[in-house]
Amino acid sequence: MSNILVNAPKTARRGAVIEIKALIMHPMETGFRPGPNGRIIPRNIIERFTATWNGAEIFAMDMSPAIAANPFVSFFAEAKESGTVVLRWTGDEGFVAEQRVDIAVE
Amino acid sequence: MTGRLLAIGLALVFAASYAAAQVGADKRRSGYQDMGEALQKMQDDDTANPGMLFVQLGGQLWNRAVGAADKSCADCHGAAAVSMKGVAARYPAIPGGSDRPVDLEGRINLCRTEQQKADRLPPENRDLLALTVYVAHQSRDLQIAPPYDPRLDAFRQEGAEIYRRRQGQLNLSCAICHDDNAGKKLAGIVIPEAHPTGYPIYRLEWQALGSLKRRLRNCLVGIRAEAWPLDAPEYVALELYLMQRARGLKLETPAVRP
Repeated sequence: MSNILVNAPKTARRGAVIEIKALIMHPMETGFRPGPNGRIIPRNIIERFTATWNGAEIFAMDMSPAIAANPFVSFFAEAKESGTVVLRWTGDEGFVAEQRVDIAVE
Repeated sequence: MTGRLLAIGLALVFAASYAAAQVGADKRRSGYQDMGEALQKMQDDDTANPGMLFVQLGGQLWNRAVGAADKSCADCHGAAAVSMKGVAARYPAIPGGSDRPVDLEGRINLCRTEQQKADRLPPENRDLLALTVYVAHQSRDLQIAPPYDPRLDAFRQEGAEIYRRRQGQLNLSCAICHDDNAGKKLAGIVIPEAHPTGYPIYRLEWQALGSLKRRLRNCLVGIRAEAWPLDAPEYVALELYLMQRARGLKLETPAVRP
């Protein structure tokens, strides 16, 4: 279970450009830091973030070890039709998190 | 007659301006006011403030049964929005059956060992911080209101002494920076007045939530003093004094700090 906070409008006018903001709890361990025992802590980052609107991809980004813990992503999308936006984070150690947001387009 | 009226008039003017001066006398500043606008907005937006992730996690832990007693926090305390409102504004306090004050983290660990029959969570443990921030969040926007409890006086006094005591290789006291030189700059950064208004805080430098204890250890290392052990009573004494000093300021938990 992941902790996620999403800020997206519940309704939008057709054709309007809306901003979707998402914050997720994740350590984003770089893989370069030694732990208390002197050994390198294995890398554990989110590798990819995608957003789909009714199944069609509207935004995607690759993440790198330089991105801070608990990454915050903000992007814009054109509101074409009512539907579900699915935000998906995937990463090291089999990390998968998903959050669905319903947006009504009028 | 006119002389008397004049005297009364002058007295009224004086009283009014004195009252105005008293109202305006509180010049204390939360660290929030010394941050940049971007960070203030980050803290104010509940979907951009990373501390809210931990509040969310704390809410989940609040309802999760743990320990040999298989009880959750909610089983005893019900809805935190009601039962925990104002709690953070009056802590640290002395728990029943004890004679030493504990901070919020200490209180949660007491509940774990006594009620839930579970292990204590270690300091700066993620779940302990999440529970603490969830409880403290219920007091957001309330004024800090340390209780009148004569048993706390000695501990507050001890905290005040620690605050003014020079220590470390740099031979500095808390007061030298945070009273005498607050508002000035240290290495380009504004020195805050050290009011514990938003703990546990999400500090960007830490990339994590951290307790007041962690922040105090940071300062101790900064003045090259030896940090007290993690369970030392000095931290609670200092927190008692700082909360007294910040009486009336609003809680912001979870605060974001650079």
